[in-house]
Amino acid sequence: MPPRKAPIGRVMAQVAMVMNLDKCIGCHTCSVTCKQTWTNRQGTEYVWFNNVETRPGQGYPRRYEDQETWRGGWELRRGKLVPRSGGRLRRLSRIFANPELPALSDYYEPWTYDYANLTDAPLGDDVPTAPPHSLIDGRPMAIGAGPNWDDDLGGGPEHTAKDPLLERVSETVRLEYQDAFMFYLPRICEHCLNPSCVAVCPSGAMYKRVEDGIVLVDQDRCRGWRMCVSGCPYKKVYFNHSSGKAEKCTFCYPRIEAGEPTVCSETCVGRLRYLGVILYDADRVDRAAAVPDEKDLYEAQLECFLDPGDPEVVRAAEASGIPHDWLTAARRSPVHALISQYRVALPLHPEYRTMPMVWYVPPLSPIVDALSQGGHDGEDAGNLFGAIDTLRIPLSYLAELFTAGDVEPVAAALRRLGAMRAHMRHHNLGEEPDPAIAASVGMDPTAIETMYRLLALAKYDERYVIPTSYVAEPGSPLDTGCSLDGEGGPGMYEADAFHTAPGAGPEPEHAGLALRGRVNLLNWDGAGRPDGLFPETTA
Amino acid sequence: MDHLHTALWGVLPYLVLACLVTGTAWRYRYDRFGFTTRSSQLHENRLLRIGSPLFHFGLLLILLGHIVGLLVPERFTEWLHVTEAQYSAGALVAGSLAGLMATGGLAILLWRRTRVRAVRRASSRSDRVLYPVLAATLVAGLMNTMVTPATSDYDYRLGVSVWVRSLFTLDPDISHMADAPLQFQLHAVLAMALFALWPFSRLIHAFTAPVGYLFRPYVIYRARGHRPHGPHGPRDGYRSRGARGRGGERPVPLVGTGRDAGR
Repeated sequence: MPPRKAPIGRVMAQVAMVMNLDKCIGCHTCSVTCKQTWTNRQGTEYVWFNNVETRPGQGYPRRYEDQETWRGGWELRRGKLVPRSGGRLRRLSRIFANPELPALSDYYEPWTYDYANLTDAPLGDDVPTAPPHSLIDGRPMAIGAGPNWDDDLGGGPEHTAKDPLLERVSETVRLEYQDAFMFYLPRICEHCLNPSCVAVCPSGAMYKRVEDGIVLVDQDRCRGWRMCVSGCPYKKVYFNHSSGKAEKCTFCYPRIEAGEPTVCSETCVGRLRYLGVILYDADRVDRAAAVPDEKDLYEAQLECFLDPGDPEVVRAAEASGIPHDWLTAARRSPVHALISQYRVALPLHPEYRTMPMVWYVPPLSPIVDALSQGGHDGEDAGNLFGAIDTLRIPLSYLAELFTAGDVEPVAAALRRLGAMRAHMRHHNLGEEPDPAIAASVGMDPTAIETMYRLLALAKYDERYVIPTSYVAEPGSPLDTGCSLDGEGGPGMYEADAFHTAPGAGPEPEHAGLALRGRVNLLNWDGAGRPDGLFPETTA
Repeated sequence: MDHLHTALWGVLPYLVLACLVTGTAWRYRYDRFGFTTRSSQLHENRLLRIGSPLFHFGLLLILLGHIVGLLVPERFTEWLHVTEAQYSAGALVAGSLAGLMATGGLAILLWRRTRVRAVRRASSRSDRVLYPVLAATLVAGLMNTMVTPATSDYDYRLGVSVWVRSLFTLDPDISHMADAPLQFQLHAVLAMALFALWPFSRLIHAFTAPVGYLFRPYVIYRARGHRPHGPHGPRDGYRSRGARGRGGERPVPLVGTGRDAGR
């Protein structure tokens, strides 16, 4: 739908993610592998860069979506975009005690178990136990909350009813177990185009990377003012209580730089995550984030995205310095396809006005099951379309999550998914496909079949289309080297400092100081006693 | 006695200053990762929300009071036609208010730090050295402000202040300090201890006050940039933990990114 062509401004590229919620089985593999990679340290026990929450539910930290309390994201004040928690002066005046900071009790108190007691307990009548104790104050504790305490509606109706979105959904949502609905929502940092965590950071430690749009915390510049924690409406910036610094999802930038998917994507059992490049017009972001009606934010964000197949866009992108392989990758981007081409992916909470860049394909499958159980043909297009309006997962609930309460884009995305099922059913049964099905959702059979391939069959290299980070000539301004090569870093020694056989060739000129003149035992042939076998003694 | 006074008021201030400057430079170079408030708000919120603003805003007022009291000569206020009585009354009221705010706030914070287990466990060794010195300095200063005017007619603006100003001209006026009442001498020594501890404790976060935030665009962009490393760059032997992990990105000029123009 390109009705009018706005002039293209400064083109930027972002590595973005789409998750297909239909496929999420809530196994938490992404959370666990992410935790083992990034946050298995002291001070980050409660930190989950990736978490999977059951919806409806309170999420993590509990009720994080209640922005009346936490005041995350942006709001329009007299037409101007201001962080919801206040402008610069108000933030600085609250710097000594942040009134909107969640307490540890809004997350949970991390604990461990006295495993030693299992083996060390004196002989007695009872089987020894491993009692839990707090990792915060060291005392024995009763565990009363955890990172996914209400998993699978575990807390019961009273607990689930505290979901801030349920409170906004007008129709009565049935929470009785027999009628309950639920689905899983895996969440990471949204790496927003208009990040409010960056905007509220007083020390300027948080930034969005120009090359790939990843939002990071400069650990050397973070002073622990903890404004970012409350500024992020998704509560995806955490405070490391041991180092006193903010930490957040890094989009696994060392992997992305090498062209590899994030750990959460790599290990996803359901293969529901897609990674790819999105080109967007940075000059449009401010205006898009400031549209008056919240319900227009989804469309406004779509209009920031550029079509990498458009030669004019390619020209503008090249002028903005985006490398050729990034443009090639953008054309193959599964994320661009799902978001802009097929329009089945939707942003999470666009009403926060941060322009999030991790999008979701809304869940459809319960209606197919529901129809089949009712004796209907669950994949018949007519039945499907009719049932979408009476979904077990109410459309209005999904709309609160993905489109600021506007039901129409969610219904349209679900209809497209439904049409795909109906179309492919004809295909699989060897029937003549009915082009009317595709036409009814504004697509053609070929597009539906490519979308099917992307959603159902896509292999590793189709799901993750990630160009490697810009590589430049050594010594040029773009040469970054390895981050471990820094002075004192584990990679600081030159390779030839290690791999020189004794006496073979001249001593490398730039060997690590500590190794100069020493024999490398790794390739010492064991013969004789060459000079430098032992450290020099001064005596 | 003379030698002691010379050491305390003529030599020690410069040693402390040297320690403060080199210590801060050293810490900035080798432990930039350690520049943090080490906030414990995550562990305890209720008391902190009263105590911390009280303490910090009190301190800012105290800083202002010291600048006026120590650096502005008496001649200047006389020239403004502020009488001695007016000045003392103003100093007593404003100074007492600021001192009580800071001391009260610190009392709440110290109670919290010792009695709330999670906060106590989050305290470092430097905290345990720092807090007694900080508390003693504050209490001594509060005494000088509130009690001394009632019990003696010592005018610190003709004594201590002259000494402080003389320090800056590198010609310390030791006699003015040697003649000052004991409680003023005590406050000065404690303050010097505090300045010496400054670079090696959490006080360092005061030097990172984010004033620049007021003049900055909201959203910051940075490019991955060139970082000197290996044989190409200077070796400095040891870098902070943080520098290794995530440093290296180079700020790009904000004006150039277009987006920030309207912010």
